[in-house]
Amino acid sequence: MKTRYSVFSLARNALNYHKDWERAWRSPAPKAEYDAIIVGAGGHGLATAYYLAKNHKMTNIAVVEKGWLGGGNTGRNTTIIRSNYLQDPSIAIYELARSLYENLSQELNYNVMFSARGVVMLCQTEHELRAFKRTAHANRLAGLDCRMITAAEVKQIVPIINDSPNCRYPILGAYYQPRGGTGRHDAVAWGYARGADSMGVDIIQNCEVTGIRRNGGAVSGIETTRGFIKSKKIAVVTAGHVSTIMQMAGVRMPIESQCLQALVSEPIKPVIDCVVMANTVHGYMSQSDKGELVIGGGTDPYNNYSQRGSFPALEHTVTALVETFPIISRLRMLRMWGGIVDMTGDRSPIIGKTDVEGLFVNCGWGTGGFKAIPGSGFVFADTIANDRPHPIAEPFGMNRFAEGRFIDESVAAAVAH
Amino acid sequence: MTSKPYRLGESFGHAIDRSRRVNFSFDGKQMPGYAGDTLASAVMANGQRVFGRSFKYHRPRGVVGLGSEEMNALVGVGEGSRHEPNLRATQVELHDGLVAVSQNRWPSLSFDIGSINNTLSRFFPGGFYYKTFMWPQKFWMSVYEPFIRRAAGLGKAPDGCDPDTYEHIHAHCDVLVVGGGVAGLAAAEAAAASGARVIICDENPQFGGWADIADGTIDGVAQSEWAQAKVQRLSEAENVHVLSRTTCVGHWQHNSLILFERVADHDPALLARGTPRHRLWKVRARQVILATGSIERPIAFANNDRPGIMLAGAARAFLTRYGVAPGSSGLVFTNNDDAYQTALALKQAGIQVRVVDSRSHVDSQLPTTARKAGIEIMAGSAIAAVESSFGGLDVTGVKVAPYRKGSGRVITETRIECDFIAMSGGFNPALHIWCHTGGKIRFDEALQSFRPDTHHDRIAAVGAANGTLALGGALNEAYAVGEAAGKAALPKSKAARPKVPKALQEVQQALESLWFSPATGKYNEGNKHFIDFQNDVTAADLELAQREGYESVEHTKRYTTFGMATDQGKTSNLNGLGVLAEATGKTIPQIGITTFRPPYTPFSFGSVAGPMTRQLFLPIRRTPIYEWHKSQAAQFEPIGQWRRAYTYPKPAEEKQASIAREILAVRNSVGLLDASTLGKIEIKGPDAAALLDRVYSNMFSTLKIGRCRYGLMMNELGFLIDDGVTVRLGEDHFLMHTTSGGADRVSAWLEEWLQTEWTDYKVFVTPVTEQWAQFAIAGPKARDVLRRLDPDFELSNEAFPHLSMKEGHLGRYPVRVFRISFSGELSYEVAVPANLGRGLWDEILTAGQDFGITVYGTEALHVLRAEKGYIVIGDETDGTVTPVDVGLDGLVSKKKSDFIGKRSLEQSFLKRTDRKQLVGLLTEDPSEVLPDGAYAVQEVKDKPPMEMIGQVTSSYFSPTLQRSIAMALIQSGRARMGETLSFPLDGKVVKAKIVDQVFYDKEGAQLNG
Amino acid sequence: MLIVHCPVCGAEGDETDFHAAGEAHIRRPATLDPEHISDEQQRDYLFMRRNPKGLHFERWRCDRGCGKWFHAARDTATMEFKAFYLATELPPRELMEQATGEWVTFFKDKLKAAKTK
Repeated sequence: MKTRYSVFSLARNALNYHKDWERAWRSPAPKAEYDAIIVGAGGHGLATAYYLAKNHKMTNIAVVEKGWLGGGNTGRNTTIIRSNYLQDPSIAIYELARSLYENLSQELNYNVMFSARGVVMLCQTEHELRAFKRTAHANRLAGLDCRMITAAEVKQIVPIINDSPNCRYPILGAYYQPRGGTGRHDAVAWGYARGADSMGVDIIQNCEVTGIRRNGGAVSGIETTRGFIKSKKIAVVTAGHVSTIMQMAGVRMPIESQCLQALVSEPIKPVIDCVVMANTVHGYMSQSDKGELVIGGGTDPYNNYSQRGSFPALEHTVTALVETFPIISRLRMLRMWGGIVDMTGDRSPIIGKTDVEGLFVNCGWGTGGFKAIPGSGFVFADTIANDRPHPIAEPFGMNRFAEGRFIDESVAAAVAH
Repeated sequence: MTSKPYRLGESFGHAIDRSRRVNFSFDGKQMPGYAGDTLASAVMANGQRVFGRSFKYHRPRGVVGLGSEEMNALVGVGEGSRHEPNLRATQVELHDGLVAVSQNRWPSLSFDIGSINNTLSRFFPGGFYYKTFMWPQKFWMSVYEPFIRRAAGLGKAPDGCDPDTYEHIHAHCDVLVVGGGVAGLAAAEAAAASGARVIICDENPQFGGWADIADGTIDGVAQSEWAQAKVQRLSEAENVHVLSRTTCVGHWQHNSLILFERVADHDPALLARGTPRHRLWKVRARQVILATGSIERPIAFANNDRPGIMLAGAARAFLTRYGVAPGSSGLVFTNNDDAYQTALALKQAGIQVRVVDSRSHVDSQLPTTARKAGIEIMAGSAIAAVESSFGGLDVTGVKVAPYRKGSGRVITETRIECDFIAMSGGFNPALHIWCHTGGKIRFDEALQSFRPDTHHDRIAAVGAANGTLALGGALNEAYAVGEAAGKAALPKSKAARPKVPKALQEVQQALESLWFSPATGKYNEGNKHFIDFQNDVTAADLELAQREGYESVEHTKRYTTFGMATDQGKTSNLNGLGVLAEATGKTIPQIGITTFRPPYTPFSFGSVAGPMTRQLFLPIRRTPIYEWHKSQAAQFEPIGQWRRAYTYPKPAEEKQASIAREILAVRNSVGLLDASTLGKIEIKGPDAAALLDRVYSNMFSTLKIGRCRYGLMMNELGFLIDDGVTVRLGEDHFLMHTTSGGADRVSAWLEEWLQTEWTDYKVFVTPVTEQWAQFAIAGPKARDVLRRLDPDFELSNEAFPHLSMKEGHLGRYPVRVFRISFSGELSYEVAVPANLGRGLWDEILTAGQDFGITVYGTEALHVLRAEKGYIVIGDETDGTVTPVDVGLDGLVSKKKSDFIGKRSLEQSFLKRTDRKQLVGLLTEDPSEVLPDGAYAVQEVKDKPPMEMIGQVTSSYFSPTLQRSIAMALIQSGRARMGETLSFPLDGKVVKAKIVDQVFYDKEGAQLNG
Repeated sequence: MLIVHCPVCGAEGDETDFHAAGEAHIRRPATLDPEHISDEQQRDYLFMRRNPKGLHFERWRCDRGCGKWFHAARDTATMEFKAFYLATELPPRELMEQATGEWVTFFKDKLKAAKTK
């Protein structure tokens, strides 16, 4: 077990100029065989490894990563954490994740800075208001701490909001989740990596999967740039690249990879404490602890593997937010970037087994995966360990597309971040 | 803080106009300056060096750079709603009355409480916050984070709405040249010579780049002279557009670029004349030439962040451009020849200067000239320590030690008094724009930096941006590339090529990389070698990150935040890589480089939104009757892009009362509704009927001419997306009505199917929604009103039955009259060409007076239809509801072999009998109105979770029935007829009985009345 | 930002003047044989996508121009357009040959048919 991080260990190390800090995780060479291999060291993959080791005592496992851990969408998102979804299966998994976030820092002994600063989802049309009222009723009966708030309350919580009754889409009210908020995205990946590593999980970076070996109906291992690695259980958790990886096993996916962009402003003193989502105009904003306004919107409309988005999509988002928060007009954009998101037909994730024995998949988180990381890892680990879907994962099986059993959240909100 | 006169004599400062004094204030202190000054030069001329405090340790910081690479001197400019934070003092042009404030300090610049962090910095290594602030758990949100948030964040946001305006402009050109230095100007001239349309932009107010601070001549004249002449020529040329104060912020796919022009920041008087503050250029260029120059590297030596320590090029520029001396006695610390020009310039200005050069042998031309000029050169040595006055506000001296690359510890030291240092660690080509869409780069040993390699787009780099620093090489390259770009754009052009001018410049000796200058004692023991100044990231932090396993350069960046400040690593990026390389024994290419992302420098959100704010944010559609609605003080609601009248309260009438009044009028006498927003699509052609049979779930080919039929539209998933009444106008001619919000979507959708699936169909689809005004006249007296309008119009049940259509005239108005009803009353919908709409509307009102005709809005409409149990797409449906779910199985054809959505209805989950089905609800307490979206539960528990079995889709108090009514989607609802359901609300449980959803006039007597 | 070319009316413009609508050459089973469609066929038609990294074939509409739907071949890694062709056409032969992943199987018989012609 590693030295615990604490103000004391920090002070102790300060005395000898931080020479004795040990590595947060090893960089091991791949073994010949593992009990399970997770492809993709993003938040979901690392969390899966962590819970496999911790909850299911599977420690002879590896996480293989083409690049650097946490380098995909985990490190590119706008870090929103909420669970106020409409459909029961969504509520179940996102609330499991949110509740795990509540004390994840302590669990991992790594400060992931989960901050329940509250998520405010604006209602700007009668229709949106109705939709969120319905969600509010559903969430209340599911036991979530959420409520509708009035336009006046919105103004109190978000003083910089444009509350003019004459604006194009006046604020009619909002749906509010006080215990939603944000976290430090990199820290979530690093914390899970450090935790998994300390239980013996091999995290193998700069190791690209080039093939998935099958004998008959079952997987037998993966070809990688660092050689063949044997395993009877392969779990693919590669977000935007899931189609190409799964194709190596001859499995076709109901996925399209698109670019989702985000951007930050220059850091300024605090102007907004909570997360505000304006779905009617397609934009959302929060402020990081560093002071940057963190802004996101909808995806670019075409397939894109380049992690570089298009300007019009950003322009659309920024325009919407200048309209919603007029004071940002004189602030400036510091950095914009893109991530490759995997969009499913019903915009809900896919978690579970496949027709190939020993091959598991966890993907399709689209534009909202960060908030789900702990819950996703938790149920996916259970699914892999017991070779059957965890009850919370069950509704997210791929078979739903053949049965017409969709989990459609667009019902509640135009953008499901 | 020293207050020596820093402004030099007339012979220095070609950029300022000493005849025009400008008054401004910095931190409330009134200061004088000259036209042409930047805020940086003017404040320094007033003897002030400290401009701000650093992000983490709150160390005092002064100007380091020259332009947009500046990372320290960040200030807030302007007041109130015109305040703008985090501007680089080096880019703020001085104007009369300019008000600037320093940032991130309290109570004052010279004394800042936050600087306690510096004293304790030992406890705050890179990424320390990941290791602490975790106990007790609740303290993160209540104590730690609030403190961190307050401490972070540099400048303040403005208060109130932005009073200024912004605009967009689209431009197409053959060649875009980014950067107006010597290389850029040369490339532009060569490109323009071929007749190509050229745009050349530069970030600064003046063109020329470093021409005025670089040695060497072009065709016998000084570089700056040559540059100014070229700019003149180019701005006069027909086919060239010259843009100053214009930054290319980014390059996107297919050579589309965004230029950010600061139109009025330098002269607020322009704003008063209506000039936009900023202008965003959306440029599509056939060819792009990057002449973005290079950025000088600082050197990592102990306490290299003290105010008074600048980049050598910057020090030189302050001297020559603004006539501002960086100090009275200084030191140039370099690993290359270029910085010797700074030494010479200082000497010339009568400022005492020494050179400390890390290279052991310096005998090329510039150093020799320096020696001749009597400048002491300490070769093979480096700065080991910087001494400063109390609080680190000023440099007082340095310790210089012998330096041999690789050998760590300092043995002997010489102390030298000085009050400023000019440093130069070499130059990095500005690759940012090259890399924005993934241009490849390679490491250049001579430069000890990356330079452009290959690019998939039509883009090239010239001059320093391409790593070609020498004047002659840069010119040749620029002319060649410029000419090639022109030719590529206009292959047929026969224009003469301009001759490449003759360049004369001293040959410079190669630099030797100097990534880290050892300090007295080990560097991680208290000495801070800053790599990222603004974010307070030191060499020790980077090295620690490596040891902790954050090995990927992206990990190091994110863990230490190096390169993440507002300069996005312009001065820190490569130095960081150098340190990492030496710490790990890898090469810089092995370490790799972090991704360059737009923008090159921060640009305003206002400019991105441009004019598309406030009234122009999104269009609003209004019906021909809109003005009348307004005159009646109607309350409006947005439906799609439309504004529809919700209800028409009389003076002092409650909303609910007016809605009830409108409803009862329709039930008891007659009401009038502006239904013009209703979607209308004309469908014409031999295969029109076949198309309708495909897109509607029910049959339309059997519809008789002149008859109407209600149709249901599904998507391919089997879910309802639209509905409406379609009329057959002729054998091959139909008029389709859609929902108001769905009109555009549906017509586009029909086009899509015709063009991509049933391509052999001969059909035209024409949206005509706005060609017609359409009114519903509904109620027992509807027929009487129409008779008043035109006694000759045949309205008898026999001649004009329900669900039929008549074309003709009502009085002088050409109309189509549809006998259709969404209220359940006798109802006629009258369609008239839009331009005649208001006229007919007024005449209907007059004709209806005696019958007490009452105009009703969308809410009354919704209640009326709910009383009849009619569905509304978007209320009863939410994209997951099938026709069967809402009990309209009858409208799902069994005869048709195929229509959109048919096959999906067969899928197991859609065929289940326990799906949610539409039913009516009557609450036990008739006065209790269920809230929209309330859920019924299987069994009420004292606390959640409870199993939900369905939700209310519409709920109203019905004035007609004098009780509440509701519709709901309930699991196996139809099988539960008569059952009583429980809806747990906040604090109470409402009980309601499942009934048939038709609450009023089940047999439709009214309808056919 | 993508610059798109409409093969029908010849208009060239920004992506915002056009409408991107996902994968091309998806055949609707019900149009061919409404009577015999398995749940899996229906699923594949509605949801399964080839989604390659590299050469892709997709649908666009000339929104602000002639309003016509058309096809484009585009590299999803570099964003480069390789060809624009009519909604009723197959891609140029050489592109069908360059296609990778699941497109190969799709184009195989088309190429054979083209050869025999």
